[in-house]
Amino acid sequence: MSVHHAAPVYATNKGVAGAIKKALGRSILSVEEAHGEIAVHVVTAKLNEAMRALRDTCDYQQLVEIAGVDWPDRSPRFEVVYCLLSLTKNHRIRVHVATEEEVPVPTVTDIWPVAGWLEREVFDMYGVLFDGNTDLRRILTDYGFSGHPQRKDFPLTGYVELRYSEEEKRVKYEPVELAQDFRSFDFMSPWEGAQYLLPGDEKGEPPKGPPKVDKPKVTPDKSKTGAGPKATKKAAKTSPKNNPEKVKPAPKGAAAKTKANKK
Amino acid sequence: MSLTIEQTPTTGDEMIENYTINFGPQHPAAHGVLRLVMELDGEIVERVDPHVGLLHRGTEKLIEHKTYLQALPYFDRLDYCSPLCMEHSYVLAIEKLLNLEVPERAQYLRVMFAELTRISNHMLNLGSHVMDVGAMTPNLWMFELREDCMNFFERASGARMHAAWFRPGGVHQDVPLKLLTDIGDWIDTRLPKLFDDAISLVAGNRIFKQRNVDIATVSKEDAIKWGFSGPMIRGSGIAWDLRKSQPYDVYDRMDFDVPVGTKGDCYDRFMLRVEEVRQSARIIRQCINEMPEGPVCSDDRKISPPKRAEMKQSMEALIHHFKLYTEGFHVPEGSVYVATESPKGEFGVYLVSDGSNKPYRCKIRPTAFSHLQAMEMMTKGHMLADTTAIIGAIDVVFGECDR
Repeated sequence: MSVHHAAPVYATNKGVAGAIKKALGRSILSVEEAHGEIAVHVVTAKLNEAMRALRDTCDYQQLVEIAGVDWPDRSPRFEVVYCLLSLTKNHRIRVHVATEEEVPVPTVTDIWPVAGWLEREVFDMYGVLFDGNTDLRRILTDYGFSGHPQRKDFPLTGYVELRYSEEEKRVKYEPVELAQDFRSFDFMSPWEGAQYLLPGDEKGEPPKGPPKVDKPKVTPDKSKTGAGPKATKKAAKTSPKNNPEKVKPAPKGAAAKTKANKK
Repeated sequence: MSLTIEQTPTTGDEMIENYTINFGPQHPAAHGVLRLVMELDGEIVERVDPHVGLLHRGTEKLIEHKTYLQALPYFDRLDYCSPLCMEHSYVLAIEKLLNLEVPERAQYLRVMFAELTRISNHMLNLGSHVMDVGAMTPNLWMFELREDCMNFFERASGARMHAAWFRPGGVHQDVPLKLLTDIGDWIDTRLPKLFDDAISLVAGNRIFKQRNVDIATVSKEDAIKWGFSGPMIRGSGIAWDLRKSQPYDVYDRMDFDVPVGTKGDCYDRFMLRVEEVRQSARIIRQCINEMPEGPVCSDDRKISPPKRAEMKQSMEALIHHFKLYTEGFHVPEGSVYVATESPKGEFGVYLVSDGSNKPYRCKIRPTAFSHLQAMEMMTKGHMLADTTAIIGAIDVVFGECDR
């Protein structure tokens, strides 16, 4: 596929997948290349040694980002994505591991100290645990917050709201009460687009393909289509489109009239 | 109660305990809502625990509930000091997933306004940095220049700060010719005069140097380990600039230099930003000279909406307009990580699409996150008053850090 976009260009992906496979050996599940980026799927338990190998043998010196992704319909529900950058080879890769709520991911804070806060954020947002991270506190949410807001089953509006209570002279937490519910419109055509179920929403299988109908629906009466009767031959004759020479003289006459007026 | 004088220790062997103080979250030198829990030994900082998240607004969650275009203005509100650079990463990520071609003029306009944003961001940062360490005048002068930049943004997009001007496929509207000539004049006359005046007050100043030289020295190894980027990694002597090494839009055609520091202290980071302003001016000058005529947005009507005038004439344009502003466009399944050089460092967007009209996941990589995390490493052993210089040199904005 030829590249048309203007997104950042870095070193070629050629040969990178092979080199990574060789360096990581058995800790690799698969290496994918899509949209011009390489994603390495790694066995969760062997993440730490894989990352060490990537840093030391493959020269990915910097850990740029750790992102969590929630896939409620997948079996290991959470995905943790590590974005690595090589300053010497000018290349980027992503390392993916899959995990469950109860299964901790080995920490990489001993390889990159920057992972500390990044892991804290994934823990805060998704509840993914990191084995070996000694400072796994919440980071972005409020002090004393409960729940993991980036999970797909966490409502956008949250569960509590806070206000300053003048009577009690303190900040109070109360259940969210909105005058109007958050309106989430589904503009997607039922014939295309993604289909996935959220937990608690399993009322039935999502429809696959166009819904089946016995009899295609048509407008019952011609008069209701707004089309009107067919144009008659007489009307077609007077139409200026069909006989231009008849129409043209009019402006000439008009011009003559204005001339006469001037005189 | 009886006095137990004999138990009172003498001054000589008195145990002095470290005490913990709270810096912020409402401190003018914190550049926003940063809370630092500091442990002090006298006036020397022993431990720093930055508490962030006081400006957390759930941007990433909100984006998951909006279409791709509706999510765009959230990026202006991340780093509100350099709004257009935030949009840049996001639109490039969408374009990468769509493999969408962007007209040349739009690429030039984007680069030009990204650099103008860099100047306006550095004006604020340099100004407030010198104010944090005690100087007043340069800040006021540089705010003048920042105001000029804001006026240019307003003339291009209609908004001073939250422009929402970069769109997937190009930019929203073309700029008038007069704006380009005005920016050119400003680059040639007003900017160098006022900026050099302001910097001449502090760059060689003894007090300013005493407050910044050898403060928070970061080695190359530390800078890499702690995930530094932007002026922070260049301050440590690593010539790493995404505009040069991983060029996007038309940066590969631009001729500019990447300044690097020698010692990795706060003074280096300050002077580096000063030079970056001059280099940005060079890039803007080249953009104005080389910018071709032509469309400013992709003509793919399934992604970029038609012009209003076209809508009045063409039924198809009306349908496209309606569909794009209700359903939005669909992005092919997949995920990309796209990072650009924002004024503060590497600003990245990890975008996951499931093929629908809304991002399945949009992880924003803030620059300040890794820099603030290294606060303890940088501040340890320095005086309490140096903390403000260090925060100033990090160039932290909490809209982006907390998201």
